[in-house]
Amino acid sequence: MIRVEFLGPIQQEALELEINNLQELAPILQKNPDMKEWLENSAVAVNDTLVSSLDVKLNNGDKISLLPPVCGG
Amino acid sequence: MLKLYDGALEVSDILKEWYEEEGKSNYGAYIPFVGTVRSEDGIDGLSFDIYEPILETWFKAWQEKAKAKGAVIKMAHSRGDVMLHESSYIASVFSPKRRVALEFIDEFVEDFKASAPIWKYDLIDGKRVYALDRSTAIKGSGILGVKK
Repeated sequence: MIRVEFLGPIQQEALELEINNLQELAPILQKNPDMKEWLENSAVAVNDTLVSSLDVKLNNGDKISLLPPVCGG
Repeated sequence: MLKLYDGALEVSDILKEWYEEEGKSNYGAYIPFVGTVRSEDGIDGLSFDIYEPILETWFKAWQEKAKAKGAVIKMAHSRGDVMLHESSYIASVFSPKRRVALEFIDEFVEDFKASAPIWKYDLIDGKRVYALDRSTAIKGSGILGVKK
């Protein structure tokens, strides 16, 4: 099971999904119209490390986080 | 050193604490940057969410960069609400010579704005409104979006 968490202002409950890689996650999230804009501007982390492509294999227990645009300070 | 606080920062206390920690460390320069909430666009204050695991990794990488230059970086940030004229952010660099510290604080604060996983909301009439127009997408964002 892979857990998907939405951080900061993204108002979505966390998901638990049976997926093998990030490629499989994209179409699942794209089905949700509320996520469209967030998918275009959010960064993705796997187990708290940012990734730059979808070519990432996932293992049972992994955690994916979506990080929308930031503004600290 | 990275410290997170609930609500506004006690700026004088934090700057004093850091000064006392490093006062005898033989650093010639101590350069703090303090971010204070300004009155604009009718806001009552700002509010912040922080994702700590990635913030800590990001900060550790900057600590290593500072160490390589013989410097030390310290940062404090608020969680939750910070009202007008209160402060939510302090970054400070200590280094043997001023030039390193002046350049380092500039690079650090710029990368902080672009990369640190902190989300800002305007407080308006008791509501928290995400400050999207002032926010920056983290490098590499958008990989889950529809391919164009």
